[in-house]
Amino acid sequence: MRGKTRFNLAHLVRDPVLLLLVLLVFTGLVLFILYPLYKIFAYSLTNSQGRLDLSAAIQVLTSRSYFKTFGNSLLLGATTAVLATLIGYVFAYAMTRTAIPFKGFFKTIATIPIISPPFILSLSMIFLFGRNGLITRRLLGIEDFNVYGMHSLVVVQTISFFPIAYLTLTGTLSKLNPAVEDAALNLGASRARIFRTVTLPLSVPGILSSILLVFIQSMEDFSNPAVISGNFSTLAVEAYRTITGMYDMRGGSLMALFLLMPTLIAFILQKYWLAGKSFVTVTGKPTTSHQQSRDPRLVWPLFGFCALVSFVILLFYGTVLVGAFVKIWGINFSFTWSHFNYVLTLGWRPLRNSVLLALASTPIAGILGMIIAFLVVRKEFPGRRAMEFISMLTFAVPGTVVGIGYILAFNDRPFMWTGSAFLLIMAFTFRNMPVGIESGTSTLVQIDRSIEEASTILGATGAVTFRRISLPMLKQAFFSGLVYSFVRAMTAVSAVIFLISPRWNLATISIFSLFESSKYSAAAAYIVVMIMIILAAIGILNLLVNLLGNSGTIPSGGRSERI
Amino acid sequence: MSESEFSSHSADVALINLTKKFNSLDGSGEITAVDNLNLEIKTGELVTILGPSGCGKTTTLRMIAGFEYPTSGKILIGGRDVAPIPPNKRGLSMVFQSYALFPHLTIYENVAYGLRVQKLPEAEIGRRTRSALELMQLTPMAKRFPAQVSGGQQQRIALARAIVIEPSVLLFDEPLSNLDAKLREYMRDELRKLQKRLGITSLYVTHDQSEAMAISDRIVIMKDGKICQVGTPRDIYAWPQSRFVADFMGKANFLEVRVLGFEGEAAFIEVERASGLRLRIPHPGAVAPREGKALLVVRPEMMSLEALDSMQEPEAGLLRGRVERLTYFGNIARYEIATDNAPLLVERYNPEASKLFSEGSSVGILIDVESVRLLPLLE
Repeated sequence: MRGKTRFNLAHLVRDPVLLLLVLLVFTGLVLFILYPLYKIFAYSLTNSQGRLDLSAAIQVLTSRSYFKTFGNSLLLGATTAVLATLIGYVFAYAMTRTAIPFKGFFKTIATIPIISPPFILSLSMIFLFGRNGLITRRLLGIEDFNVYGMHSLVVVQTISFFPIAYLTLTGTLSKLNPAVEDAALNLGASRARIFRTVTLPLSVPGILSSILLVFIQSMEDFSNPAVISGNFSTLAVEAYRTITGMYDMRGGSLMALFLLMPTLIAFILQKYWLAGKSFVTVTGKPTTSHQQSRDPRLVWPLFGFCALVSFVILLFYGTVLVGAFVKIWGINFSFTWSHFNYVLTLGWRPLRNSVLLALASTPIAGILGMIIAFLVVRKEFPGRRAMEFISMLTFAVPGTVVGIGYILAFNDRPFMWTGSAFLLIMAFTFRNMPVGIESGTSTLVQIDRSIEEASTILGATGAVTFRRISLPMLKQAFFSGLVYSFVRAMTAVSAVIFLISPRWNLATISIFSLFESSKYSAAAAYIVVMIMIILAAIGILNLLVNLLGNSGTIPSGGRSERI
Repeated sequence: MSESEFSSHSADVALINLTKKFNSLDGSGEITAVDNLNLEIKTGELVTILGPSGCGKTTTLRMIAGFEYPTSGKILIGGRDVAPIPPNKRGLSMVFQSYALFPHLTIYENVAYGLRVQKLPEAEIGRRTRSALELMQLTPMAKRFPAQVSGGQQQRIALARAIVIEPSVLLFDEPLSNLDAKLREYMRDELRKLQKRLGITSLYVTHDQSEAMAISDRIVIMKDGKICQVGTPRDIYAWPQSRFVADFMGKANFLEVRVLGFEGEAAFIEVERASGLRLRIPHPGAVAPREGKALLVVRPEMMSLEALDSMQEPEAGLLRGRVERLTYFGNIARYEIATDNAPLLVERYNPEASKLFSEGSSVGILIDVESVRLLPLLE
């Protein structure tokens, strides 16, 4: 009965604060998301006179090396996506459907790769399997094992991105109505049969979603292929090398364009095609929890699998931790603090810059994310759908593409911002909003709209309602938005590598240069310091968000009780 | 504590030619949710809008609150056109179906919220909040959060929060529909007592007819965006002016009859397909047709039953029927009876006091002519 009215515009004019907010958000989205993308298209497809000219595009498209790079990226993306989803599914199934021991431990381990700095897994790979590798050289005595190439990338990316698959699939598996599985059990089906005929088919949308999300991550990954791919070229890295090594801006931006296409398609498929196919049932009724199997024939193999995955993760992270404290890896394993001296002297300025810029962008991204979620879910205005799409788009746009778009867009009047802290903060803000928006949106749709209406009719203005009612209820979403923004800002490589300047060098880029000069232990020390900063920041954010007050349990509207 | 401090701002409400159109969801056209509605609510009166879902009752309420803008027409509160006034400045309160309590605030802070928003002095906020909590018997749980109290208590918090700001009009959007049957009856009586004591002008929206009967000064029956009938609960039940109203408000049987003529107010009718059964209806109602075919509204409690041998001709004044089904509820016995005219639902109170008719038995039905009404056959 309550549909969209044709008086949207009148509505906006009646509420000047809303109008201003919508205009402000749109200005930001257009300037920092759409305009740089437009510049890439315009620059790649025109010549120096500004006319439409596809010759550069045709030249790139017809070259064999380009084709190989494009194919490499797709192959890597697909392989990683399938492997990570497979591991993620088994992990998620073990957590949601069985009573395996040490669940809390496994859940924690599975989130480590999400908040860890870049390069860390590649670095471990080199420490363990490189020329002086602990496993290859020391343990197995192999001298000519080549750690550089697609095989290492697949390993490293699978470990990096399986948590995304795990979290996506946990969401799917835990939200499937347990009554469906209970009904199958009640009808006499065995657990294996229930899995094959009920659970698995119902989780197909989640599996596809996970594959597409990991595919996007793998395609846009810059840091791992940049240091460990060897001769296996990928688009994100090639675009960077074409621009910085061969000074071929047009070739680089064309590559960015071709990198953008598959990720954009995957994103649109995931968001619009799969969204309509989900079997997840949200009734608002308190659902009973799923049957947790205690069958040892199921529990112990799954336990073994989870333990193995956790062991690999711990091995990789532990290796870097140890690597930070040894003199020369593979040759002299004696203890030293010297690498930390390096971090605190030469590496100090970039580190401070990273923290400062991350701190500056985090609250902006966090609050902007909540505001956009609020506007999109709660308000009616022309362009609401467009706002949602553009703001989530940054998730699908690879960092390399953002970086190239930003140099093209902001190197000239009227926006001469390249190399400034301002542009870096904007890059962080607009790139790191999506998680906040997504968790904000999914929280808001679960909160009865009349809670805000109650505040309004009691006399509160829109701003007061947002600050005193909506924001506290969004506390958890706000927190995840803040943490994600901070971590992503601290660990960003691909976008910022184009935007840094001698004044505003960043920690991740310093680590990258340490790799280039093979100073692996110094890189390890740097990474350890970054991990400590990130963990401390998460703790502090947690404290700060708790100061917002009790977020309360959302009372279910459909409850029926006696006094 | 004086109760009068919650009541001083009540005002009357007038809806004039109020219309609301929505774009239909498929974008093909417009849906008229509220169609040229005219209604006055006097100061201190409780008016209920009753109707099936989709009849426009909630939209009407939300337009008064300011959450929806009328497509055309006017809303006057205390004689003032509220069109330019945003919802937060209208001085109204609303009790929501879901209660809409603030989950992150204590019960005390929930109730105090509207006063805090007005930036009143702390002492006044404290005094008024405490007396509202006292009035709703919530004082012992003031420091708890909404999720920690029962559904009935949540309901009372919502009410306390609404009355503490001394609204000019109190709006209720199906406030009792989330409570179980017993508690619902208890709360609706409490709510009515409170509203009468405080004298707050109230508009109440529900689809539950017994709730509407129990609490209203007047009831508005709505269907498809239009008002069907307005009147006191007794008017609506005893003097329905359309088949829809008679059917929606309680249970009703409709017998096809022919009007033979009038003698003063009283109508003479012949029941169709009933062996020439003729009745004199002393109070046929305002919309009774003067001649030709008509519908006789007979509520289930307006009939009594007599034993009848299946071979025997019915006595004059009796309608012949056969019991198809008997449902025994304890306080009443409900019969579904097949007749040559229309199937009838008959309810007899205190069934143990007289004979129970078993399924399949033939009965004579005696209609209480004092209470039945006549309606036009077609509306």
